[in-house]
Amino acid sequence: MSELDELYQEVILDHNKSPRNFREIVDANRRSEGYNPLCGDHVTVFVNLADGVIRDISFKGSGCAISKASASMMTTELKGKSETEAERVFDTVHKMLTGEMGVEESDLERLGKLKILSGVCKFPARVKCASLAWHTMNAALKGSDKVSSTE
Amino acid sequence: MKAAREKRLPQSGTESFNVDKVRRDFPILKERVHGKPLVYLDNGATSQKPQVVIDALNRYYKSENSNIHRGVHYLSERATANYEAAREKIRQFINAERGNEIIFVRGTTEAINLVAQSYGRSFLKTDDEIVISAMEHHSNIVPWQILCGQIGARLRVVPINHDGEFVLDEYRRLLNESTKLVSLTHVSNALGSIVPVKEAVRLAHERAIPVLLDGAQAVPHFKVDVQDIGCDFYAFSGHKLFGPTGVGVLYGKAELLDAMPPYQGGGDMISLVTFEKTHYNVLPYKFEAGTPNIAGGIGLGAAIDYLNGFNWDEVCAHESDLLAYATNALSEIESIRIIGSAKDKAGVLSFVSDHIHAHDVGTILDQEGVAIRAGHHCAMPVMQRFGVPATARASFAFYNNRDDVDVLVRGIHRVLKVFS
Repeated sequence: MSELDELYQEVILDHNKSPRNFREIVDANRRSEGYNPLCGDHVTVFVNLADGVIRDISFKGSGCAISKASASMMTTELKGKSETEAERVFDTVHKMLTGEMGVEESDLERLGKLKILSGVCKFPARVKCASLAWHTMNAALKGSDKVSSTE
Repeated sequence: MKAAREKRLPQSGTESFNVDKVRRDFPILKERVHGKPLVYLDNGATSQKPQVVIDALNRYYKSENSNIHRGVHYLSERATANYEAAREKIRQFINAERGNEIIFVRGTTEAINLVAQSYGRSFLKTDDEIVISAMEHHSNIVPWQILCGQIGARLRVVPINHDGEFVLDEYRRLLNESTKLVSLTHVSNALGSIVPVKEAVRLAHERAIPVLLDGAQAVPHFKVDVQDIGCDFYAFSGHKLFGPTGVGVLYGKAELLDAMPPYQGGGDMISLVTFEKTHYNVLPYKFEAGTPNIAGGIGLGAAIDYLNGFNWDEVCAHESDLLAYATNALSEIESIRIIGSAKDKAGVLSFVSDHIHAHDVGTILDQEGVAIRAGHHCAMPVMQRFGVPATARASFAFYNNRDDVDVLVRGIHRVLKVFS
């Protein structure tokens, strides 16, 4: 598979075309905004957290296929996970996207479908697109009201 | 559009302008990217450099490097002479009346900031108005917003129409007794629209309002004569004019520059310093504090020497042929839309697809060896005007040819296939 085909895999194109959980959670008890001013990607992540578990998670915003697919896949993977588990996934995804060494094989396995996003690390200019929703989600869980950016 | 295609010219360009020969002057055009020949269509961001400019930089650092206006030794005199010769080349290039009206700066951005802070803070006051257009680069918006914040002046914006054209009637209406400065782009970096600057200057001067023009995207495409246009200030960057980065030019009418206070303090801009008082140097040195980008200035001079070797009517004919060819080719692709269809356009083709983001277009084209710009082009208000988050922008220089456009078109088809 060429690097380009690895980046724009069927699953990613599908999430871009029909993003999952692409809606606002009106009564969300956590929400955070992410914005990359240079490229213009803009995302808001909504989370309903109860007893340390992500009961519901969604996003709204505009951006490229990579940012949208990453956000969409993130919501499907994290729904129902505990806050601690979500943080662990965030760490692994972050390491995978930036091509950082030291990702445990077992952690990588745990990512399941999210592993598809690993094609992004071959495109350094696009890592920020894939990671924006994740950093925004992390900020939401931490209750930060700062706008996240990955540029 | 059809007519442009029927009038198809030979691949080598117009009859006497030989694009193949020109391409050999730019060594980078032989590079390969991701295993494909480089197709460089990001000239609006920065242009490539001909060998003569690279040689001039090399020669300077290899055998001439020295500080200017200081030493009495051979190298310093030689560097000074070459740097000042570059100033004279620039003067002739834009037909300024006097050499001391050419101020070396880092680039267009610094030139505009200089005028905002030096002229603006001295001659504008609370409730005065500054007129810009809706298609300015951020560098011709933000310096004025900073100034407005400092002195309580107001920014007024001339709208553009749906084709991306400057609306002269609206501009005329905006000018009033409070207008104290007009600052307009000559050519829009995001859309390529050419602003009727001569008429804009004439209308402003009827009310004795000085006019600054941002010529960053104009000088690489056609001859600019500042005396003919009549503007009071003209700013451009060396790196978009086939010269080095980090050097640019502010042209200003001597009587205005003379009346303005220095922008930065330091060496070179003084004639006498005591702890009680400092006397400033004469023009242009008053505005050139500190050791400048000497190699950059000399490199820009070399770029201008190179450009002077061309017949600019032929360069313009080649570029308009190329733009018409590209416009026609992209218009035939159904799922993309060209943004900016001004009657007078130079060098830029911005386009969007309703369901594909510009960054995805940029990444896929890059894999084909095609370099374009994807994003808001530092002109967010233009994006807002057209209701798009970003565009993909192909921007041309005279070394581009129809083959480049053909590769671009093939690349766009690949993008559409990936997202089909």
